[in-house]
Amino acid sequence: MSIEFRGVSKRFADGTLAVEDFSLVVPSRSITVLVGSSGCGKTTLLRMINRMVEPTAGSILIDDADISEESPVALRRRIGYVMQNSGLLPHRKVIDNVATVPLLNGVPKKQAQSAALTLLDTVGLDRSLADRYPSQLSGGQQQRVGVARGLAANPNILLMDEPFGAVDPIVRAELQTETLRLQRELDKTVVFVTHDIDEAFLLGDQVVILQKGGRIAQQGSPAEILAAPADDFVAEFVGADRGRRVLSIQQVDGVDILVDGDGRPAGRLGGSATGRRITETARIDETKAGARTASGAPAQGERAS
Amino acid sequence: MNWLSNNLDLVLELTIQHLRLAVIPIVLGFIISVPLGYVAYRYRLTRGILLTIAGLLYTIPSLALLIVLPAITGISVFSDLNLIIALTIYAVAIMARSVADALASVDPGVRQAATAMGYSSWRRFWTVEFPLAGPVMLAGLRVVAVSTIALVTVGILVGVESLGYLFTNGFQRRILLEVLTGVVMTMVLALVVDFLLARVGRLVMPWSRPQRASQRQVAAATAEAVL
Repeated sequence: MSIEFRGVSKRFADGTLAVEDFSLVVPSRSITVLVGSSGCGKTTLLRMINRMVEPTAGSILIDDADISEESPVALRRRIGYVMQNSGLLPHRKVIDNVATVPLLNGVPKKQAQSAALTLLDTVGLDRSLADRYPSQLSGGQQQRVGVARGLAANPNILLMDEPFGAVDPIVRAELQTETLRLQRELDKTVVFVTHDIDEAFLLGDQVVILQKGGRIAQQGSPAEILAAPADDFVAEFVGADRGRRVLSIQQVDGVDILVDGDGRPAGRLGGSATGRRITETARIDETKAGARTASGAPAQGERAS
Repeated sequence: MNWLSNNLDLVLELTIQHLRLAVIPIVLGFIISVPLGYVAYRYRLTRGILLTIAGLLYTIPSLALLIVLPAITGISVFSDLNLIIALTIYAVAIMARSVADALASVDPGVRQAATAMGYSSWRRFWTVEFPLAGPVMLAGLRVVAVSTIALVTVGILVGVESLGYLFTNGFQRRILLEVLTGVVMTMVLALVVDFLLARVGRLVMPWSRPQRASQRQVAAATAEAVL
């Protein structure tokens, strides 16, 4: 289930050009993250995939078939969608929310509900929550229900629109880990939209950094982008020139400690507390990345290597 | 007290008649208001026009409307139907705005989610937007119910009998208790219907109960509808 954007543009009725001549191939069975600041058109691009937004030019293909030839309703029912603030139907119990799409597709209620219960397990929710209403759940639980609902019709494609933007950092980290686990288990083609570059690097097999108008500033694996930012915009956006991304090695009591650009300890270099089992490659990688991206003064006490 | 004990049957009969005259316009008004309210909510241009007309309708004095209506409909001034039509007009005048506000109160995020799940627009309206507009619509309907029950009494001035009969009859015969009975019974009827509507609302919209915040929104919307 690969998705392809071919020269897609979107001009809204009020004249704003949200996306201009955008082309991208989203490979199947992997996570592609569209990341950029607000107004870069990332959500518009995502919503074009299930025809919530119609492009004004260009075409979008799923497995080489133009989606404009399929009915939007049918298309949406075979594409999972997870949104910010869960978007759960407040008047339906958790179980019925999860079963929404199967029920729309005419699956008998009993069958849809028992499948929904299994899905609660899949996303790590207790079955006892099934009969609650969404308002009776925490934000993190609601997002999990949202994910379960997105998966309910067993779609090959899952669209995620800043799904974890509104939950607290601890829950967000949990949900991110779960997303990676689910992707490994279920093997979906995921398109994920976020403004958080850390989230993008954590989740993305392919990361697409967007500028205004949906212009691709750079695309590639997180490692590729971090190793060689295409331009100053990307370098600044991913923070390659500062802070946590500029790691250097500092020796404390004979142990190599990694410190970030501000001199704050970020971790220990691949060893145990006592020994110095530093793998040579890891060390070289880290220092190379540090050397390439370090632009300012070296962090205090940086050890020359 | 003598009058009351001698006339219990009359009071009961008038109460039932009163209820019948009120319930039909409440139900009709609601049914007519749904499409009107939808159009007002959906199309910006019609919103102002429709809701202004509805608002103006409500300012027509009831007695005047009862007398003018037959000229348009050809129905006798003295018939129940004439009163029912007039009361339905008032109900629509309040309820159309209420439905429009109620539909606008539905979280756009939920509406988008329903679209993204693959609801057709017809199905989305009836199974998502309409039920979610329920609490605010119910608030409007309760106002309509109480207002209609009060207005039914005016019918006696054109000879349509209801609890209003006790006002005029009691006034002519100088029986204060009869007038008071009419007033109290009208109020009791209004309170009972209002209470029943609230109960039914809680029964069919159990999801609207636990959330304090949404109840506050309903209260605000109710206040807005009343003002």
